Amino acid sequence: MTLAAAIFGRAAKAVTTLLLIVILNFFLIHAAPGDPAMVMAGEAGAADEQFIQQLREQFGLDQPLYVQFWNYVSGVVQLDLGYSYRQQMPVLDLILDRLPATLLLTMTAFGMSLLLGIVFGMAAAARQGKWGDTAITSMALLFYATPLFWVALMAVVLFSVKLGWFPAFGYESVGAEFTGLDMVLDRLKHLFLPALTLGLFFMAIYVRMTRSSVLEVSQMDFVKTARAKGLAEGTIRRRHILRNALLPVVTLAGLQAGQLVGGAVLTETVFAWPGIGRLMFESLTARDYNTLLGVFLVSAAMVIAFNIITDIVYRLIDPRI
Amino acid sequence: MIDFLKRFSRNRGALIGALILITVVLLAVFAPLIYPDSPWKMVQRPFLPPFSTEGLPLGTDTLGRDVAAGLVYGARVSLIVGLVSTLVALLIGVPLGAFAGFYGGLIDDGAMRFTEFFQTIPNFALAIVLVAILEPTLPTITLAIAIVSWPPVARLVRAEVLSLRKREFVEAARLAGLSNTRILFGHVLPNAMSPIIVMASLMVATAILLESSLSFLGLGDPNIMSWGYMIGAARTVIRSAWWLSFIPGVAILLTVLALNLIGEGLNDALNPRLARKGR
Amino acid sequence: MEPVLSIRDMAISLPPGADRDFAVQDISFDLNAGEILCVVGESGSGKSMTANALMGLLPDQVEVARGTAHFEGRDIMALPESERRKLRGDRIGMIFQEPMTALNPLMRIGDQITEVFEAHNRHSPSERREKALALIREVGLPDPDKIIRAYPFQLSGGQRQRAIIAMALALDPAILIADEPTTALDVTTQAQILDLIKTIQQRHGMAVMFITHDFGVVAEIADRVIVMRYGEIVEHGTASEVLENPQHAYTRALLKAIPTDSVPTPDPVTAPPVLEVRNLRKTFVTSGGFFRPTRSVTAIDGVSFSIARGEVLGIVGESGSGKSTVGRAIVRLVEADSGEVILDGQDMNALSASELRSARRRVQMIFQDPYASLNPRKKILHALSEGPIVQGVAKDRAHARARELLEIVELDAGAAERYPHEFSGGQRQRIGIARALAMDPDLIIADEAVSALDVSIQAQVLNLLRDLQKRLNLSLMFITHDMRVAAQLCDRVAVMQHGKLVEIGPVAEVFLSPKADYTRSLLAAVPGTDWLEGAA
Repeated sequence: MTLAAAIFGRAAKAVTTLLLIVILNFFLIHAAPGDPAMVMAGEAGAADEQFIQQLREQFGLDQPLYVQFWNYVSGVVQLDLGYSYRQQMPVLDLILDRLPATLLLTMTAFGMSLLLGIVFGMAAAARQGKWGDTAITSMALLFYATPLFWVALMAVVLFSVKLGWFPAFGYESVGAEFTGLDMVLDRLKHLFLPALTLGLFFMAIYVRMTRSSVLEVSQMDFVKTARAKGLAEGTIRRRHILRNALLPVVTLAGLQAGQLVGGAVLTETVFAWPGIGRLMFESLTARDYNTLLGVFLVSAAMVIAFNIITDIVYRLIDPRI
Repeated sequence: MIDFLKRFSRNRGALIGALILITVVLLAVFAPLIYPDSPWKMVQRPFLPPFSTEGLPLGTDTLGRDVAAGLVYGARVSLIVGLVSTLVALLIGVPLGAFAGFYGGLIDDGAMRFTEFFQTIPNFALAIVLVAILEPTLPTITLAIAIVSWPPVARLVRAEVLSLRKREFVEAARLAGLSNTRILFGHVLPNAMSPIIVMASLMVATAILLESSLSFLGLGDPNIMSWGYMIGAARTVIRSAWWLSFIPGVAILLTVLALNLIGEGLNDALNPRLARKGR
Repeated sequence: MEPVLSIRDMAISLPPGADRDFAVQDISFDLNAGEILCVVGESGSGKSMTANALMGLLPDQVEVARGTAHFEGRDIMALPESERRKLRGDRIGMIFQEPMTALNPLMRIGDQITEVFEAHNRHSPSERREKALALIREVGLPDPDKIIRAYPFQLSGGQRQRAIIAMALALDPAILIADEPTTALDVTTQAQILDLIKTIQQRHGMAVMFITHDFGVVAEIADRVIVMRYGEIVEHGTASEVLENPQHAYTRALLKAIPTDSVPTPDPVTAPPVLEVRNLRKTFVTSGGFFRPTRSVTAIDGVSFSIARGEVLGIVGESGSGKSTVGRAIVRLVEADSGEVILDGQDMNALSASELRSARRRVQMIFQDPYASLNPRKKILHALSEGPIVQGVAKDRAHARARELLEIVELDAGAAERYPHEFSGGQRQRIGIARALAMDPDLIIADEAVSALDVSIQAQVLNLLRDLQKRLNLSLMFITHDMRVAAQLCDRVAVMQHGKLVEIGPVAEVFLSPKADYTRSLLAAVPGTDWLEGAA
C-alpha cells in the first residue's frame, strides 16, 4: 500500500471518528439535567420563563429532536461550535486563541519525554540487573505512580516558592514587555515547569516500554547473527536492536497522545497556562457546556492528527508495511 | 497455587506493595471505628501543622478539619472507585474482546471499530465531560472511569483469544463436538486469565489516579471526602501551607505505587517464562 | 591430516536449576582442514551448545567451565572478548537454524552483507558493494542487483538461508559452523542448501562443523561424524564407519529408529470406503479493506480421493502444498468452498452447525505440536473424557474408558490425575492419540503427528500407531512432509503440490516407480537416499 493511499485511508477514518464524536456531543448536551436553554439562561443571569421560551425559539430547541440534531451537526461541519455566553465569544474563536499555548506545551512535553524515555530506557536495558538499571526503573515506577497535578503543585512549592528559580504560573511575565531574545527566554522559563511535570509521567511510560522492548529484541535471532559477523556491541545495539525496539514504542507513543491532552488539563490548571486545557477547567466551573464540548471535540481532533503522524512515522521506519 | 505464592513472594517489591495495600485497605475498612466523627467536621483551629497538636497527628486543614480523618475516609473512595470501575471496565472489555477474537469476521470488525473509537477520544477529557454533564456523584464518577478504561482490556483479551483459538487443544475441543460457549468459557478464557489479572491490578491504580484528578478539578462527589479534593481545596494556600497538598498526594502515590508493584509481581509470578532472567 | 581446530576436555556449565549441571562434559575432538564434520544428536545432547561455545555466543549464565580450543596457534577459549569478536565473521563463520528470524527485518540484504566487511574494516564502501554482489551471485541468489536492495520479508526461507551463507562466507573463514541450517526448510530446498554448502566447502577449502539431528543429512555430506548424547561424545569415526558399522548401542538405536526406504508390501485394500472426498476446493482470501488489494491463495484445488475402512492413506507434500488444509477441511476446522466430504454416505459439508457437532465424533485428529495440543489447565482425565461426556456417554463410563485408553497407549493409569506440563513431548503425543481414540471415531487424521519429536521418540510413537492401527483396524489419514515416515506406515500415498493431488497409489508404486515428475524430484531430494538404499 502506498503512503498516499494510507494517509487518505486514515483521513477518511478520522472524519468518521470526528463525526461520531459530534454525535456523542449532541447526546451529551441533551443528557444534561435541564435543557440547554435553561443552562444558557442561567449563564446570562436571567431565569424567567418567558426569556427561556424566547431562547428556545431562537436556538430551535422547540423543534423536533432530529431537526435539532441536523442543525447541530451541520453547524459543527461548518466549524460553528456554538456561542459561549459566559465569555461572550464564539467557542471556536476562544479555542483558536488558546490552542497555540497548548500545542507548545504538549509538544515540548512529548518531545522531552520521548527523548529522555528512550535514552533512559536503553541505558537501563544495557545495565540489566545492575544498580543503574534498578535506579532508572525505580525512578520510572515512582513517576508512573505520581498524580500529575500533585507533581505540578510540588514543583511550584520547590522551584518557585522555596527556590525562586522558575515562575509559578502564566505564559509570560505580566507587564514586563520583553522583546527579542529576552521574550524567548522569559517564555522558556515559564514553559519549563509545566512541560517538565507533564512530561515526567509519560517519560516513565517510555522508559519502561523502551527497556522491555530492547531486552526482548536483544533475544532475537538476528542479533545473534549480527554477533556472529563480529560486529562491535555498540554497533549491534545501535543498528540492530534500537531500530527494531523502537517500533512498539512509536505505536505506544501514538496511543498515548490522548492522555497527553488530558494531562494538559491538569498541568494548565495548576500553572494557569492559557491553553485549551485551562479553558476546559474554566468552562467546567462556569458550567459553560458549549465551550466544554468544543474543547472536547478539538482535543479529539488533535489526538487524531497525532495518530496519523505516528502512523506515517511508523511506515517510514518499517519497510514491511 | 503454592508455586504461584512462592514466585510472588520472591519479588521483594511485590511484597512491599502488598504490605502497603493491606494497610490502606485496613484503614479504609475500619475508618468509622478510628474516626467515628465525620471527616467534614471542624475539630480545631485551621492550619495546624502536622505533629504540633496532640490527637491531630497530621494537623488541620483550611477549615479546621482533621487531615488524618480525611485521609482515612479518602482511602475508602479511592479504593471503591478503583475497584468498582475496574470491575465494570472488565465487564465491558472482556466479553467484547472475547467475542471479537473468538468469532472474528464482522463481529470482530464491528467490535474493534467501536473500541478504536473509544481509544481515540482523549480519555481524561471524556471523563471530565461525562462527569460534568451527568453531575458528579460516586456512581457517575465510577461509570465515567470505567467507560474510559475498558478499551485496553478489550484489545488485550481479543489478542489473547485470537492466539488461543488457533491452539491445537481448542481445535481438539471443537472436534469433540463442544459448543462454542463451552469452548470459549471452558478452554479459551481460563488460559487468558493471567494477563487479564495483571492488567486489572494496574487498572485499579490508573483508576485511582483518574478519580483523584477528577476530584482535584472539583468533579468529586461533594458529599464524600477524597484525596483529590483535599489537594484541590488546599491548592490556594500552597504558599503558606504546602503540607496540606503534600500529605494526601503521598497517600495517592503510595497506594498507586503499591498496586503497580503488585501488578509487576503478579506478572512475574503468572508468566514465569517472561520473568526477568539473571536473578 | 592437520587439524584446524583442536578441542580438549571442554565442559560447558548450565545455570543452577537446570536439569543438569553441564550441557557438555569433557569432550575432545579435532576439526580437520577441508572436511565436513557432522555433530549428531537429539535435543539436549549439547551439540548446539558446543557450536555456540566455539563461536563465543553462549546464552547468559551458560559458560565454558574448562577446556581448550586451539585454532591458528591460539587457545580461543582463553582469548579476551575483543579478540574473539575479531575472529567471528572473519576466521570463523556461522549459519543458523531459523532463516526466517535470523535476518534483521528492517535492513536491506546488501547492507547486512557489507556489514561484515565494515565490522572488520575491510575494503572501501564501493568495493564492499561489489563484493556483496559477488557473494550473492556465488550463493546462487537470483537477480543480485535486486536482492542487494531487498528486505528479508521479500525473500523465501531458502533464499534467506542463502543470504545468511553469503554473510558467513564474506571474509573467507577457515571454519564454517552450521547449526541445523536445513532443519526448518522443505526437503527440496534442504537438498539445494546442502548442495550449496558442499560446493562452497570444496571451493574455499574450509572446514565445516555441521550440527544436525538427521542421519540422512549425515549420509549426504559428512566426511567424519561425532555422535553426542547428554553432553558426551559416545561415538566418532568416518562417515562410513559410523553409518555402516556403529559401535555404540545408542548410535545403533538411533540408526535403527530411522524409517527405512524399504517399502513394505501392504495387503490389497478391498474394504468399502469410510471416507470419500470429491472435488474439494478451498481458496484463502485475505481482504485488505478499502485500499489494500485482496490476495488469494488456492490451498486446495479440486482434490478427490477415498480411504477404505482399516486403510492408512498418507498425504505427503512440502509446506504450502495444501496437505494440512485438506485434513482440516475434512473435519471442517476450515470451511471448504466447494466439494463433498462423504462419511458413511453422509456429506459432512452439507451438515448444519448443530448436526455437525454430533457428527464430529466420527473424525478425530492427532495434532503436530505436543505442547499446544493439550489444555495446560485441565487434567488429562478431563482431556480424555470431556468429549465423550458431551456426546452423551455417562461420566463414570467415560472416566473408566479414559483410564483404559491410557494403558492402551502405554501410559501409567495414574497419568489421568496429572496436568500436561508433567509429561514429555512423546508422552503428550500418546495422550493425543488416546484422546482421539476416546471418541471412538471412524477415521483418525494425524497431521504431522510425529514431526516435532526426536528420532528415537518418533520411532516409538510410530510403532504405537502402527500397532493400534492393526489391532483396532483403524482408518487413518496420515499427513506428513517426511517421505520415509509415510513409507513406513501407509498402505497408499497421495502426493500433493500447489493444492493439487499430483499422484496417488500404493506405497510401493509411488515410491519405487513414481509417475509424476514432482514425486520423482521429491524422492530424489530426501537426504541419504543412496545410503539407505545401499543398506536395505
